[in-house]
Amino acid sequence: MTVFVAVQTDDFCQASEYDELRRNAKCGAIVTFCGLVRDLQDTTLSGMTLEHYPGMTEKALQDIAYKAKSRWELGAVHIIHRVGHLKPNAQIVFVGVASAHRAAAFNACEFIMDYLKNQAPFWKKEHTTEAEYWVAAKDSDKLAIARWEH
Amino acid sequence: MIKVLFFAALRERLNCEQYQLACDGVSCVRDVLTQLKQHSEKWHQELSRIELLCAVNQSMVNHSAQVVAGDEVAFFPPVTGG
Repeated sequence: MTVFVAVQTDDFCQASEYDELRRNAKCGAIVTFCGLVRDLQDTTLSGMTLEHYPGMTEKALQDIAYKAKSRWELGAVHIIHRVGHLKPNAQIVFVGVASAHRAAAFNACEFIMDYLKNQAPFWKKEHTTEAEYWVAAKDSDKLAIARWEH
Repeated sequence: MIKVLFFAALRERLNCEQYQLACDGVSCVRDVLTQLKQHSEKWHQELSRIELLCAVNQSMVNHSAQVVAGDEVAFFPPVTGG
């Protein structure tokens, strides 16, 4: 299985990642996910700063990719997460999974996002025109991994 | 020495990014926290938060995990990436 993990300030191109994932001829299915900056409050969101723990972040993403591989037959996994300042509507995260069949690709993509949200050391700080605040972790994200742990 | 790192909201509230801690009497994460809490009332309060997460040498661990000289110990709030 090919695993590609990147933590970067630069934007990414979903089409390029998709083309890379398509190189694996044995794969008949590709599932991709993109997470974007959205305005969660009623106030005007001017942007967001993504902080991370350099070194551990890359390691955590690799671990999550291999954890997915141990559960499903996967051909390739790409995970890209941006850090630094991001404007509304900017791309934050890309997850792409290639597999022989669609069920494994769909499941693995969701699995990777669920674990990323709970175990990869990233923190979001939102900036509005009036204030800035750290985003609180959601209980629904914690519950999301429970379904994979039985 | 033990290299201690703080991230995100915790880093801001402690006004500290990195701290060097002597390893005397330290054998696990809980001991590291006990030592750090003696720094000030503010640190005691912030490092007593139940949701606090910890990593030793960049792997997530619980408070009973072993810590030895030269280790990197990080404390941070629940993660919010994705």
